[in-house]
Amino acid sequence: MLKVSNHSVAYGQSTIIRGLNLDVNDNEIVAVVGRNGMGKTTLMKSLIGMTPSRAGSVSLNHTDLSAMKSFQRVRAGLGFVPQGRMIFPALTVRENIETGLAAVGEKKVPRDLYELFPVLEEMQHRRGGNLSGGQQQQLAIARALATRPKVLLLDEPTEGIQPSIIQEMARTLKRIRDERGLSIVVSEQVLSFVMEIADRILVIEKGDIVHQEDKEDADQNKIASYLAV
Amino acid sequence: MFADYSSTELMSIFAMQGFAGLSLFSVFVLMAMGLAIIFGQMGVINMAHGEFMILGAYTTYLTSQFFQNLMPELFAASFFFAMVLAFLVSGALGAFVEWAMVRHLYRRPLDTLLATWGLSLILQQAYRSIFGAREVGVDLPDWMMGAFNVTDFVQLPINGLFVMVIALSIALAVYLLMYRSGWGKKVRAVVQNRPMAEAVGINTAGVDRATFALGCGIAGVAGSAFTMIGSTGPSSGQAYIVDTFLVVVFGGAQSLVGTIISAFGISQAQSTMEFFLSGSMAKVLTLLVVVGILMLRPEGLMALKVRR
Ligand SMILES: Nc1ncnc2c1ncn2[C@@H]1O[C@H](COP(=O)(O)OP(=O)(O)O)[C@@H](O)[C@H]1O
Ligand SMILES: [Mg+2]
Repeated sequence: MLKVSNHSVAYGQSTIIRGLNLDVNDNEIVAVVGRNGMGKTTLMKSLIGMTPSRAGSVSLNHTDLSAMKSFQRVRAGLGFVPQGRMIFPALTVRENIETGLAAVGEKKVPRDLYELFPVLEEMQHRRGGNLSGGQQQQLAIARALATRPKVLLLDEPTEGIQPSIIQEMARTLKRIRDERGLSIVVSEQVLSFVMEIADRILVIEKGDIVHQEDKEDADQNKIASYLAV
Repeated sequence: MFADYSSTELMSIFAMQGFAGLSLFSVFVLMAMGLAIIFGQMGVINMAHGEFMILGAYTTYLTSQFFQNLMPELFAASFFFAMVLAFLVSGALGAFVEWAMVRHLYRRPLDTLLATWGLSLILQQAYRSIFGAREVGVDLPDWMMGAFNVTDFVQLPINGLFVMVIALSIALAVYLLMYRSGWGKKVRAVVQNRPMAEAVGINTAGVDRATFALGCGIAGVAGSAFTMIGSTGPSSGQAYIVDTFLVVVFGGAQSLVGTIISAFGISQAQSTMEFFLSGSMAKVLTLLVVVGILMLRPEGLMALKVRR
């Protein structure tokens, strides 16, 4: 589905991601775990085209995305939920979701999005900036889903979310994958969340994948050791 | 300065000058709206905004000439055609300028300032070459010439009322476009977070071009209104750009209502004071008051109250 080869990203002189390879299969949930500063956000931003990449290629279903701008990548089937959520604070909840609809030429928020996140329907006329952190996260996911992605990219979705809601979010993401038949790439530091949703776990260190395991035979202690400071 | 007049005379003078200031108010509202839309969307201060207005004024002049000479029976309606044409011509030039120049300079505010200033010089020279250095005036159709007599002293000029209605209608249309249309939603998303707007599938470069064109088009309509208060020359726009900045800053760059109130206040103050003082003294007084208020409210009259 999503194929990233020899992917490199740099800020000025400092190379953050070097020669990274990543294949995501249909309907698969891949977790990229790593400590702060290891390059998770840089990887996600470069995949969606917010940060330019130095070398390598990104393709989705054999469409080469490398030369595309962000909005073209979104239209080609990548959905993005950034770290810190970045909803549009002065737009209402409904308007926030509607900004994603433009990519697919729709006007009305689809029913199934409100079914997935009922709280967003209740609050549709509130400004996005007045929602709680967990609600904003739901809004950011709904906004990305409105673009009808084939691959959904989520950058640290549990950051700043109450622990009680984290398990619920894992269930929701799996439900999204099952109902919509999409693939998910999620970067994380919370191991319990990762073990709950991931089919495959990759460890990123200094901008490269240094370790990977399938969930079934994952050695939690080993992964935890990568996350320990 | 009021001592020489009786109180009824003073009332009449204020009313007269107030109504005479309506056309100036309309020009300010339209100019300031265009400037503020462009600044709000892409942080570009368009120094050539006055020249886009003058392009609208020349378009109005040519249209009225055309009707006067070739279709005199339709001359009464010529002003409507002129305004639409002024919008389209200035808007088209705006889109071209954005494509050819401005889009290469985003994120470099000083360069856009210089580049649009250079553009204003180029446009002034172009007008001089095409239309000549002499100022031209636009003849109004008869129905716009008269005035309503409210009292023996006070008259309401029809053309002033007419352009004010047009200006306020355009302000309303812009409001609806920004806050009720799908396109406006995109614009607001881009203003709040450009990279994120792009990452939810919005073609921000396209939004930029359309916004720049819209702002310039509205300046063109301001040019149509301008033909009622002054004659059009190659450099006539220069006198207005500073006043327009004043209106925008005073009103608060993000607030449409603030812009309208500020345009009203400044145009009325200038118009009324010009009766009693010299023009430049009136300007100085206006400026002093504006600076004073801005010291108390740095974000302008109507700063938007949202969390950022
Ligand atoms: N805009 C930037 N300019 C320069 N360096 C950056 C920038 N953003 C991130 N970095 C650096 O890139 C590295 C990876 O950061 P990041 O991708 O944010 O890591 P993570 O998301 O895993 O915490 C860090 O060393 C960080 O300092
Ligand atoms: Mg990060």
